[in-house]
Amino acid sequence: MEALFFNVEDGFLEAMVRGYKAGILTNSNYQNLAQCETLDDLKLQLAATDYGNFLQNEPSPLATTTIADKARETLVSHFQYIRANAVKPLSTFLDFITYSYMIDNTILLITGTLHERDTNELLERCHPLGLFDGIAALCIATNVSELYSTVMVESPLAPYFEKCLSAQDLDEMNIEIIRNTLYKAYLEDFYIYCQTLGGPTAEVMGEILQFEADRRVINITLNSLDTELSKDDRNKLFPTVGRLYPEGTMKLARADDSDQVRLALDPYPDYKQFFDEPVGSERSLEDKFFEYEVHLNKRSFTRQFQYGVFFAYLKLKEQEIRNIVWIAECIAQQQKERINSYITIF
Amino acid sequence: MSGAGPRFAIFPTRMALTTMKNRLKGAQTGHSLLKRKSEALAMRFRDIVRKIDEAKRKMGKIMQVANFSYAEVMYTTGDIGYQVREGVKQAQLKVRAKSENVSGVQLPAFEMYVDGQNVSELTGLGRGGQQIQKCKETYKKAIEVLVELASLQTAFVILDEVIKVTNRRVNAIEHVIIPKIENTIKFIGSELDEADREEFYRLKKVQGKKKERLAAETAARELIQGDMASDDAQPNNLLNEYEQDPDVIF
Repeated sequence: MEALFFNVEDGFLEAMVRGYKAGILTNSNYQNLAQCETLDDLKLQLAATDYGNFLQNEPSPLATTTIADKARETLVSHFQYIRANAVKPLSTFLDFITYSYMIDNTILLITGTLHERDTNELLERCHPLGLFDGIAALCIATNVSELYSTVMVESPLAPYFEKCLSAQDLDEMNIEIIRNTLYKAYLEDFYIYCQTLGGPTAEVMGEILQFEADRRVINITLNSLDTELSKDDRNKLFPTVGRLYPEGTMKLARADDSDQVRLALDPYPDYKQFFDEPVGSERSLEDKFFEYEVHLNKRSFTRQFQYGVFFAYLKLKEQEIRNIVWIAECIAQQQKERINSYITIF
Repeated sequence: MSGAGPRFAIFPTRMALTTMKNRLKGAQTGHSLLKRKSEALAMRFRDIVRKIDEAKRKMGKIMQVANFSYAEVMYTTGDIGYQVREGVKQAQLKVRAKSENVSGVQLPAFEMYVDGQNVSELTGLGRGGQQIQKCKETYKKAIEVLVELASLQTAFVILDEVIKVTNRRVNAIEHVIIPKIENTIKFIGSELDEADREEFYRLKKVQGKKKERLAAETAARELIQGDMASDDAQPNNLLNEYEQDPDVIF
């Protein structure tokens, strides 16, 4: 059914994204990049790819952060082009994608404002995808309750704030807990929205978001072992949309050490394999998560007439930027032996 | 020679000689003491140089590891530098300065200690927390090495200065003060000898003069006596002289 009307409004953009996707670096590109001796070589190699001469006006010596910034700029320009041409419901879908960056930006500004830092500097630090119209207003607030009301009025994140935080929380809670609470609310909301879209979008995005939720659950559990975060609080940060919910999350909420985490994940073959790694291996759990994420995102391109491709493209591109920066770091720091830890996309 | 080389402007007296001799003794004691101090410092200095070398190599390695672990964090979590900086309320790692006494030189020694709890414990909760903690640990180690290196470097600079001063003193005493005192002593000695000789010569002269005079007197006397003996064998009559006078007749 969706095939009938999809192309009327979103066909062009889907074609665009699929075109962009073709420009994602392939394995042979990465191999060439990994051969580079200096960052200038890397720049030359990248010039031959879809990135073109995005580093053309950068003076030598190149910094890895410059490469990251410039690469991100190209991605953002792609995304903004798509967003500008999108109509509902795709535009809403794309907005949802930006919310996760908005959470990071808002948190950054909240921390900065609470510590009375120079807010203009903070604004420069924000992720361009997470900028929204009223973001500068956040910097004006001087105290916590003012800040809270500004967030409620100005930012698209207001529903999430309203749902899980009060003005008091903003002052007392650890900023990381606030971030994760917001993210949990966001993930759940996004998941529900995707389900209401129905069709292949719901299927593809459902899978990706479920994995995202599960990954957060596992990460939060592992990272909060031996910290002051209580088990109840930990449980509150777990998104409720993943495949682990409710049984797995319950077990994980009670876990005391990494063995118990492993045990809790035993019934889930997809996640169990992440832990089947010989001791002392170079690949960390995060690497495996990234790999699996790439795998899911890649798979979303096999389906047509759905919005998953937009999300997948963004995520794959982000992974690609991470890879490039990683390779650049390895070259800059002359740690060539770890250079192959990047995750090949195609 | 007594005249060669610098010496103190001083009157060559016995008292001055005694003072000079005392000063010489003092200078020699001081010289040997300072020499020993400088040797002790130099030993310490070499020790520190070796330690600095080790610490620098270690720092190079550890900084590389730390930087790389930050690159890992960047890979997993993205740029968290700002977030961490904003989250800090007070320093967790602090440096305490003690001072250590090496041969009378106060060397500061820095010591790192952990104060308060780990504030960024929850950073990267949703993603990359383990990498962040690992990165934090490596940087902590790097800071430890840095602090160690800092105290070594400070000690290095201070010791260098002190050794220079001490060596300068040692050399000054050895090559300037002691020769000067010795010169003075020699000068006083020679001056005194000279005075002695002068005195001797004077005495001799006086004696000679005395002898001369004595001889002359004796000769004169002998002459008179010889005269008298030739004129009259009889003892001189005191009145003889007057006998020739005409008798006074009243």
